[in-house]
Amino acid sequence: MMTLFGDPQVWLPFTFATLMGIAILVYVVLDGFDLGVGVLFPFADDREKDRMIASIGPFWDANETWLVLAIGLLLVAFPAAHGTILTALYLPVAAMLIGLILRGVAFEYRVKAPPKWKSTWNWIFWGGSMLAALSQGFMLGMYIMGLEWTIWTVGFALLTSVFLTVGYSFIGAAWLIIKTDGLLQEKAVSWARGGIWGLVLGLGAISLASPLISARIFDKWFSMPQVLMLAPLPLLSLGLLAIIWVTLRRLPSANDSRAWVPFACGTGLFILAFCGMAYSFYPYVVPEKLTLYEAASAPEALIIILAGTVFVLPMIALYTTLAYYIFRGKATELSYE
Amino acid sequence: MDALILSRIQFGANISFHILFPTITIALGWVLLFFKLRYSATGEDRWMDAYRFWVKIFALSFAMGVVSGITMSFQFGTNWPGFMETVGNIAGPLLAYEVLTAFFLEAVFLGIMLFGFSKVPGWLHTLATFLVAFGTTMSAFWILALNSWMHTPAGYEMRDGVAYATDWFAVIFNPSFPYRLSHMLLASGLTVSFLVAGLSALRLLMGDRSEVAATGLRVGAVLAAVLIPVQIFMGDQHGLNTLEHQPAKVAAMEGNWDTGSHVPMLLFAIPDEETRSNRFEIGIPNMASIILEHSPSGIVPGLNDYYAEDGTPLHPPVGKVFWSFRVMVGTGMLMLALSWFSVWFLSRRDAVTGERWHIDRLPRIALYGFVAMTFSGWVATLAGWLTTEIGRQPWLVTGVLTTEAAVADVPAPMVLTTLIAYLAVYAALLVIYIGTLTYLCGKAARGERLPERKRADGAPFQGKANPAATPAE
Ligand code: HDD
Ligand code: HEM
Ligand code: HEM
Repeated sequence: MMTLFGDPQVWLPFTFATLMGIAILVYVVLDGFDLGVGVLFPFADDREKDRMIASIGPFWDANETWLVLAIGLLLVAFPAAHGTILTALYLPVAAMLIGLILRGVAFEYRVKAPPKWKSTWNWIFWGGSMLAALSQGFMLGMYIMGLEWTIWTVGFALLTSVFLTVGYSFIGAAWLIIKTDGLLQEKAVSWARGGIWGLVLGLGAISLASPLISARIFDKWFSMPQVLMLAPLPLLSLGLLAIIWVTLRRLPSANDSRAWVPFACGTGLFILAFCGMAYSFYPYVVPEKLTLYEAASAPEALIIILAGTVFVLPMIALYTTLAYYIFRGKATELSYE
Repeated sequence: MDALILSRIQFGANISFHILFPTITIALGWVLLFFKLRYSATGEDRWMDAYRFWVKIFALSFAMGVVSGITMSFQFGTNWPGFMETVGNIAGPLLAYEVLTAFFLEAVFLGIMLFGFSKVPGWLHTLATFLVAFGTTMSAFWILALNSWMHTPAGYEMRDGVAYATDWFAVIFNPSFPYRLSHMLLASGLTVSFLVAGLSALRLLMGDRSEVAATGLRVGAVLAAVLIPVQIFMGDQHGLNTLEHQPAKVAAMEGNWDTGSHVPMLLFAIPDEETRSNRFEIGIPNMASIILEHSPSGIVPGLNDYYAEDGTPLHPPVGKVFWSFRVMVGTGMLMLALSWFSVWFLSRRDAVTGERWHIDRLPRIALYGFVAMTFSGWVATLAGWLTTEIGRQPWLVTGVLTTEAAVADVPAPMVLTTLIAYLAVYAALLVIYIGTLTYLCGKAARGERLPERKRADGAPFQGKANPAATPAE
């Protein structure tokens, strides 16, 4: 521990890996719910679509900014890894970007372009959200598989891409349970019941595959006393799943009590899964190839970013909270601009 | 084609598409703040109506800027890993500060600005508008600090082929930064002036008699008339700065081959790099020497000085720089002519009524002129960036890193695939964007309601707490 905080070559990369992890996690939860709402689009009728958009309209842009931050931190703190990862994932990254472009502009055009195009834009919004979610899941799978392109790794990545997309649809539905009422809320509950499987299967697949693919990860998890110390992770996950399960049976509830539970527990699941993965892969940024200490930028550069981050991140958290507070409560139907 | 050239085309296409929208949002944010403050001060409906119309166009442009910007932030990794490996210690912090101080600010407060009108007190909404405008300007500040550093690097040292910052103040306020930042912010102001004036003129020509269209035209024309001389002056200063730091670029802009005095300013020429001379030259004698050195005997650098021993050119491609520079300056001159012509007419007192600034005083030809020049800001801005960026070649970071050394070894067919995909999406989006602007103008001109944000209780979006002061819908 002493050395960890003594030597800037050590604690700076570690701090930046943590910051990057936080940014990715916040991104996955926040943009996860608005991508998820997009994934669910075809299941709703036209009025419901407007309400669904209204529930994410004020947030999606800021949510995507966490992706920019995450990729920016990877870029600035671990330039070598940034190049390796992004060139290995060149095509899925491009697919994701095109997905994000299409859905981002669809927010605007579905209400501003001539009305006869609206349903086309609704489909583009859905398609873009799907493309973005699927390619993110694909990248996750490829990353776990060590960024190697073989028929097996691609097969696995295709699986994770479906699971993550369904998982996003869960968190999206959970968001809609909070932000809507009436029939749409009932629908959202049933969507969440379906979407939860994405999380279950996705978590299962990743937990099975990671130790199988790497003996190092296997040893990290399944040797004494680690097994005992790590036991809370899977147990907590199972607990959260059970709570979600039970709550979804009882929703929608009379006075909307516990409408927030699926979203909160879903977020908990994402956090646990993320901690598990972080534990598996540490200290590597490029799995089994490059550790974060090898990939890190010069301490001088990192210090100057850290100084700004420490000061600015709390402010960002503050005004983001303000925005969520201002737009609390149920989303109304007619919400343009 | 190899990965290098494809990556360059892809990067150029991406950033050129991206910059179209920031040039609008940077200045339009401030214009919206101006509308909002005028409304607060005067209570006149036309300012609120103007705000409402233009905030839609702002939102549209912003969305286009955000999605293309997210693409930009991945480009460094996917296509230019060598860039970050060599100058990452400098570029990284600047990019990080842009995300931290600008992107989050604008993204979060944009939500409040667009959706919060009826949810937050008036002052908070005005503050949100201000913070969005401020955020976009901050983002220009950081990205231009980086871009200027790539042109005129300072405050760093090289160790084992990697750049390390030694003085951050010198890195940020590098020699060309003040010029580039002010030239770009003015470019944004001009782009918006002509966009506002152009679309307002379009509405007037469509028969719109509303005060919004007239106000828009007046604001746009006056703003343009004020900014363009400042821009021309700043452009000149920028050129002098470039002469000091990147003389080869100036030689290419002037199309001048031999270093010497009494160099003419070329209005037309076809530079030929094979023969190292110009064909079909038409120029104003001594003018280049006068502009750059303020005297006919001033010495202007020539391209012939920039060849290696073996004859490889060390100067940028001449024709492209020469012509894009002329397109920019030419557009600037047209802007000057149209805006001054219009403001002169507008500001004359009507002999009968004694009124000034009435829109009917403007000759119809000026309206057509403004419509034709709606996107002239885009033309000049892109031409300006092409001059600057191509003028820096073969360097990516002047004297530090060549473009060739920074490219990723992604297989060419893969780059080609993504390039085609991006180009198709961008072309479609550009057509849709312009089409939608025209559609919104037509709708407004016909007096139809534009999509409006409603309050939770179904009451329409309101300006002030007092319903009597609500602008008529
Ligand atoms: C002079 C201005 C300027 C220039 C040269 C650039 N940008 Fe930009 N960018 C902006 C001015 C801007 C802006 C005004 O701040 C935008 C446009 C609309 C918006 O939402 O913010 C923006 C948006 C924007 C976003 C989305 C931010 C968000 O989520 O809100 C990203 C990630 C980038 N840009 C990244 C880049 C990169 C990597 C560039 C260079 C290679 C770049 N931009 C050039
Ligand atoms: C915003 C307006 C900008 C435009 C329109 C623009 C345009 C261009 C163009 C056309 C090139 C190609 C030159 C050539 O290869 O002959 C280029 C090169 C380049 N510019 Fe810019 N640029 C802009 C801003 C920036 C900024 C802000 C940065 C970085 C911070 C940047 C980084 C680069 C890089 C890395 C290259 C080399 C790649 C290449 O040659 O294509 N540019 N730019
Ligand atoms: C009419 C007189 C103008 C002059 C003399 C002028 C001068 C210049 C010069 C010398 C450069 C190159 C800077 C370099 O060497 O790197 C430049 C770049 C640029 N110009 Fe202009 N300019 C003029 C008008 C305009 C107008 C009207 C616009 C847009 C509305 C514009 C937008 C730009 C932009 C965006 C760049 C690239 C960014 C930069 O380097 O600042 N310019 N200009």
